[in-house]
Amino acid sequence: MSGTILTLFNGLSLGSILLLIALGLAVTFGLMKVINMAHGELIMIGAYVTYVIQSLFLKYVPEPFFDLYFLLSIPIAFLIAAGFGILLEVSLIRFLYKRPLDSLLATYGVGLMLQQLARSIFGAPNVGVQSPSFLNGGLTIGTLVLPYSRIFILSLSILCLVAIFLYFYRTTNGRRVRAVMQNRQMAECLGVQTRRVDLVTFAIGSGFAGIAGCALTLLGPIGPTIGTYYIIDAFMVVVVGGVGALVGAVVGAFGIGFFNTIFEFFTSATIGKVLVFMLIIAFLQWRPSGLVSSRSRVLDE
Amino acid sequence: MLELENLEVGYGESIVVRNIQLKVKESQVVCIMGRNGVGKTTLLKAIMGILSPKSGSILFKNDNITKKSPSYRAIKGIGYVPQGREIFPKLSVYENLLIGLEASGGTKKNSIREDIYEYFPILKEFKNRNGGDLSGGQQQQLAIARALVSNPSFLLLDEPTEGIQPNIVADIQRVIRDIKEKSKTSMILVEQNLDYAKSVADYIYVVDHGSIMYESSVDEIKDEDVYRYLSV
Ligand SMILES: Nc1ncnc2c1ncn2[C@@H]1O[C@H](COP(=O)(O)OP(=O)(O)OP(=O)(O)O)[C@@H](O)[C@H]1O
Ligand SMILES: [Mg+2]
Repeated sequence: MSGTILTLFNGLSLGSILLLIALGLAVTFGLMKVINMAHGELIMIGAYVTYVIQSLFLKYVPEPFFDLYFLLSIPIAFLIAAGFGILLEVSLIRFLYKRPLDSLLATYGVGLMLQQLARSIFGAPNVGVQSPSFLNGGLTIGTLVLPYSRIFILSLSILCLVAIFLYFYRTTNGRRVRAVMQNRQMAECLGVQTRRVDLVTFAIGSGFAGIAGCALTLLGPIGPTIGTYYIIDAFMVVVVGGVGALVGAVVGAFGIGFFNTIFEFFTSATIGKVLVFMLIIAFLQWRPSGLVSSRSRVLDE
Repeated sequence: MLELENLEVGYGESIVVRNIQLKVKESQVVCIMGRNGVGKTTLLKAIMGILSPKSGSILFKNDNITKKSPSYRAIKGIGYVPQGREIFPKLSVYENLLIGLEASGGTKKNSIREDIYEYFPILKEFKNRNGGDLSGGQQQQLAIARALVSNPSFLLLDEPTEGIQPNIVADIQRVIRDIKEKSKTSMILVEQNLDYAKSVADYIYVVDHGSIMYESSVDEIKDEDVYRYLSV
């Protein structure tokens, strides 16, 4: 019984981590169709931002307020990653909107550069981030302990999802974004500044990568290549969920999370991962456009 | 108000319209007529800024807009109702109208005028439906309303009654006449029906093979000259 609950919780937890790292990508790749291979490095930036803020707090802020560093890190990681996103969009991506292959190669190069930058600043070895004390320990249910940090990530990913959803479906800017993605030319003819919409949307997607990086510091040490571990998973979630559909990313993330956990439970970590890959390949054979397929005009062209 | 000087427009290497000299005065309605494929839509797309001309210039309100973006032109007061309607399919009817407000400063500065719904009551009734779920005629009404909400001083209407059932055609024609009379909006109207064109326009241009072959004010127009270029 407790085994089942634990597996269930682990699946949910893994799903929420996947969702968090894929949310930003669901915006830039899913909605905007930009293949940004440097998305993993935006996650890394968020993680290092958290590390820096933590270090500053250790040095300059009295002990009792130390925990606050983490709450501060979330918005700052968002802003700094979004800032890098803006730089990337303005200097590179805007020239490559209709050229997926070029954008794949170019952003891959940017990713490598950002990794090197991190190595030069912070050194090659991984660094640890001390979790805030309120996330130490866990919720005890019978003989089970559900780590607070995992519960926190679960809540954070749901919060981010709700925020993105509200932004796209309840705000003026979100309406502009949807109009541009559905019919760019007509939106432009009605007075929508499509360049600005592209920039802001890309910045938001990048910002959510930053938040994901911040959350990853709770799970273990971080290093310059942390992004490369997660980028494949993130793309997988978006592709399985269906490019262009926010709901798809949610189902994709939790689906992959659960299957991964269940397979690992019965086999081993490596074989579990292989099984998940095979399942995804089989699934994409059956539904090439993902779970929630949105046949937008942009995609059909 | 609008002046096209020696305009030449095409796609890639091919030139579709050339030597276009056209003028629309304040609160004047100008009809463009011509057979299928002669370049009417191409001309309107160039005026809106979707296609950039190979040569020539476009003057709007004493401003050379030849190289400006479509959004610049929209904000400057040009409203566009394209031939394909181009409704945002996954936006609700109401949201489609709100996007129409962008040209006049967005939802912060203004809201949807009630008389838009008087013109097209169906848009109020179907407010929350997806634009893509409307019928062709309803989408056409939405496309016109979407262009009107920002109070444009100049309207480009590309065959607004093409392929639409007769009773909606009558509605749309009534609305166009009403706009002409009430708000003094200038218009370029692409139209196939000469009788209707004569009833609403002040001036008529007839296009064939990408050039203007005949032009006349409605008072002096000779039907047989127009039909020469319209008959197949
Ligand atoms: N996107 C395009 N690329 C290349 N050629 C095009 C394109 N769109 C239109 N054309 C060509 O330009 C010419 C004029 O087309 P246009 O749509 O302007 O005609 P039209 O007068 O509006 O016709 P209709 O009455 O059928 O709407 C046609 O020969 C057409 O094949
Ligand atoms: Mg046409």
